[in-house]
Amino acid sequence: MEIVSPGIGLILWMTISFAALIYILQRYAWKPILKSLHDREETIDEALNQANLARDEMKTLKAGNEKLLKEAQEERNVILREARKVKESIIEEAREKANEEANNIVENAKERIENEKMAALTDLKNEIAFISIEVAEKILERELSTDNKQEDYIKKLIKNTHFN
Amino acid sequence: MNFLSFLKKSKARFLLFTIVVMVIFSAVMTSSNVFSQHDDSSHNKVEMIKEEVHEGELDAGKMIIEHLIDSHEWHLWTYQGHHVSIPLPVFLIHNGEFYVFWSNKLAHGHQHNGFYLEHEGENKGKIIRAVQHGMIDYEIIAVENSKTLPIDLSITKNVLAIFISSILLIIIFTSMSKAYRKREGKAPKGMQSLLEPIIIFIRDDIARSSIGEKRYERYMPFLLTVFFFIFLNNLMGIVPFFPGGANVTGNIAVTGVMAVFTFLITIFSGNRAYWGHIINAPGVPWWLKFPFPLMPIVEIMGMFTKPLVLMIRLFANITAGHTIILGFISLIFIFGNINAYVGLAGTLFAVPFAIFMSLLELLVAFIQAYVFTLLSALYFGMAIEEHH
Repeated sequence: MEIVSPGIGLILWMTISFAALIYILQRYAWKPILKSLHDREETIDEALNQANLARDEMKTLKAGNEKLLKEAQEERNVILREARKVKESIIEEAREKANEEANNIVENAKERIENEKMAALTDLKNEIAFISIEVAEKILERELSTDNKQEDYIKKLIKNTHFN
Repeated sequence: MNFLSFLKKSKARFLLFTIVVMVIFSAVMTSSNVFSQHDDSSHNKVEMIKEEVHEGELDAGKMIIEHLIDSHEWHLWTYQGHHVSIPLPVFLIHNGEFYVFWSNKLAHGHQHNGFYLEHEGENKGKIIRAVQHGMIDYEIIAVENSKTLPIDLSITKNVLAIFISSILLIIIFTSMSKAYRKREGKAPKGMQSLLEPIIIFIRDDIARSSIGEKRYERYMPFLLTVFFFIFLNNLMGIVPFFPGGANVTGNIAVTGVMAVFTFLITIFSGNRAYWGHIINAPGVPWWLKFPFPLMPIVEIMGMFTKPLVLMIRLFANITAGHTIILGFISLIFIFGNINAYVGLAGTLFAVPFAIFMSLLELLVAFIQAYVFTLLSALYFGMAIEEHH
């Protein structure tokens, strides 16, 4: 029976020391320990949250960068296309101008050549006429150097001349 | 591969071990019955004294009880018939007078100021005051009627063990909290990393889940203190020598005080829903409450049975574990008294089982601390639960 009969002294000392133990441990151990555990957990939570935020931010940043890059590429393409167009139009214009100029030059040249030719032809005609006269003169001189010849010639002329 | 096969083997061995232990356990149970019967039959004083005189004979039941109960001295060892023990202060209040002396004054049946230690009977182990000084005689039956019990507030073995374990707990946890302050925001180290998981386990799996997220913090100091107090004293109870060896958590006064703490905290934190549930339990037919208040009586009884069960569970578990270990150890001497060879066989048989029981006790040390804490937390949770 002695094993299940509690002693009054033990009850008293146990109550006193257990209450004191709870008080002392609460004051000097549990509160600071639980507080630092709580603080550490919060720090870890916060760090994780921040890491997540940073990752999200990185993602959006990356997406923004890609968008920007795409836009830049498009812009470049547009600029290039426009430049090509401008280039082509400039070349076309130049070609047209050149053609026109060339045509003008050719036209002018043709005109001038025609003129020159005309002048040359006139000159030539004149020369030929002059030479012909001279030749005719010389021939006449030679044909008509003697009286006989003159007579012959006259007779020939007369012979050729048909009297109608 | 080798290791795996070894594990398998050891598993099989463990199973065999458990079965054998169960068989032995039942055997010990019957044998301890025999001892107690023996005890009952020898209530006669003369026979008891005869038995004590009979050196070498071991009364296992008596020995076990003596190891389980509280004592006024801390027995260390016996060498050649000499008991070496730590004397403890005795505080007595008798007829309004206060007496203080060392317990070694009462050793070997000596008396001091008329006080002596009763060795048998109803008041075994208690300090008795004989009415007349110097007239104490064990064999005078007349004294039996004239002796009185003083109020005994001595620092007994268990009280000293409570002091030692409390101081140990204070040293361990204040140094731990210092480590937290010193290494703020850093990973735990040493004692911190050993005990932090247990503290977090109590906080998250016991307090938070049973009491609720909102108000669990108020109960944490009590729950943590109770857990570590029970756990440390269970462990120290397994150690067979000083400063261990005191059966603190296997003492009904100690478990009773802790259960009373749980009870008081429960009723003082009980809200309207809790008291309403006790006085007028919802969802119960009216005829169970009105002419004869059966349900309120059951509920009020329930208020008291909860801490009572807490007290008995811890006390019985620890006492049973110690009893079995002591039973195995006693077997060595019982067999040894028959014959040296039988004694050797008994030793070879009893020691492994005593070791096994000690290992089991290690497990029980944790489980019982856990159960006490968990049930306390559950009762607090029931007391502050909001009406739903």
